[in-house]
Amino acid sequence: MGKNKKSIVVTVIGKDEVGIVAKIATALAEKSINIIDINQKILGDEIFAMTLLADRANSSLSLPEITAKLKEAVKDMSLNVTVQDSEVFQYMHRV
Amino acid sequence: MKFSNEEILETIGMIAEGKLDIRTVTLGISLLDCSDPNPAACARKVREKILARGEKLSDKADFVANEYGLPIVNKRISLTPLSLVVPVADPAAFLEVARAVDLAGEEIGVNFVGGYTAMIQKGETAIDRALIAAMPEVLATTQRFCASVVLATTRAGINMDGCYTMGRMIKDIAARTADQDGIGCAKLVLFANPVEDNPFMAGAFYGIGESESSILVGVSGPGVIRRAIEKLGPAADLGQVAEAIKKSAFKITRAGELVGKEMARQLGVSFGNLDLSLAPTPAEGDSVGQVLETMGLAMPGAPGSTAALMMLNDAVKKGGLFASSSVGGLSGAFIPVSEDASMIEAAKVGAITIEKLEAMTSVCSVGLDMIAVPGSTSAETLAAIIADEMAIGCANHKTTAVRIIPAPGKDIGDFVHFGGLLGEAPIMAVSRISADNFVRRGGRIPAPLQALRN
Repeated sequence: MGKNKKSIVVTVIGKDEVGIVAKIATALAEKSINIIDINQKILGDEIFAMTLLADRANSSLSLPEITAKLKEAVKDMSLNVTVQDSEVFQYMHRV
Repeated sequence: MKFSNEEILETIGMIAEGKLDIRTVTLGISLLDCSDPNPAACARKVREKILARGEKLSDKADFVANEYGLPIVNKRISLTPLSLVVPVADPAAFLEVARAVDLAGEEIGVNFVGGYTAMIQKGETAIDRALIAAMPEVLATTQRFCASVVLATTRAGINMDGCYTMGRMIKDIAARTADQDGIGCAKLVLFANPVEDNPFMAGAFYGIGESESSILVGVSGPGVIRRAIEKLGPAADLGQVAEAIKKSAFKITRAGELVGKEMARQLGVSFGNLDLSLAPTPAEGDSVGQVLETMGLAMPGAPGSTAALMMLNDAVKKGGLFASSSVGGLSGAFIPVSEDASMIEAAKVGAITIEKLEAMTSVCSVGLDMIAVPGSTSAETLAAIIADEMAIGCANHKTTAVRIIPAPGKDIGDFVHFGGLLGEAPIMAVSRISADNFVRRGGRIPAPLQALRN
């Protein structure tokens, strides 16, 4: 089980609108957080769901700071943003 | 991607809707080097040790919770039983040290400290007597120090004198905290076969077989289990339900293992263990009773409740044991009445009684927990209820406990309100048939047979 302390998972769920991915990606880039992988789909007709794996090795921000930055970036949209260390998913979904 | 969308969204849903959280991160601290016959010196050493070991607990817990996006609800401290630390048979000495513990707990920002504990399953020492004598005053005048008394073990039998003493003590504690419905009794747990590494309050103490200091984690997630059963729909048979519970328990436990290991690393102590108990809170959706309802019972307490609870408890353990090699503590479902919305409702309409709860405690942990009874209940009747629960633990080689509150001035139909995690409860009926002469005999019920158990 590889342990990378710098890898984070960003989850964005909510009402679909134009430009969500762009705003999140821009906000991450501004803080030198490198996107490694993105999954995005529309559930049903209008629920936007994106999960994104990123590397924060070159960023000095803490997780609460990253969360605040992303929430700020999409603050005019009806979206729920969470940021977690990827180890949580490693532990819960991989034996 | 390393993880699928479904996996990530499942975890997010567990936290947001299933209320998956780390119920408690408890730091166990050995006080064996703090013993001193001078009460003031003993109190000072205890205080200094708690501050030195625990000062970073709150900050580190907040940090870890933020990193993983997993809420940590409570930060707590468990201590070496105080009867092994204060070497003088003087109630005033116990009061002085207990007050120091309470203040130290406040300073480091924990909401409960466990360890005002005596072990009298086979008999009392003069020191145990002093600790117990000071207990009503300690529980009435401190905020967060929790007490426990071991009254029985499978190897020693049941100390009936101790049961009677504690019946009287409970009455005294209730009277001294009468303005808050007898809340002092909510901080006292009476045990058969306790474990030494329990992270949950009020019954936590840090046993003498434990290391200098370690992290004990209590995970919870009755809401997550309920959601998993709901997804199966009403047509799934109980084997499939057990399977779904196991899988959820595995994931919950992994989350706890991750947090426990990281907390231990951050604090520079060992990771003691993970307790697999399903523990409810009064919050909506965070109820063990509701899990039973989702399994198909109209209310907890219905016929079938004991069978459903046995399966739930067993499946949680089977899933959890595979997920962590550090499982310990109590590890079983809790069914406290006042802390579980569905249990409160069942007690209110009479669906659940003390007698049915007693039966249910034979297949889960912990026992008759957070039960409010009429204030007029006699010390003898309380002692007999305690003895019954101790007998279930003794005969079944398991932990059982009693946390019972005879609410002063209250009777059937009334409610007690403790607030916060302790919740609220209707007063439950107690049998009016007398056990007085049985209790007054005193003595010790011998240890039960270990073989020929058919």
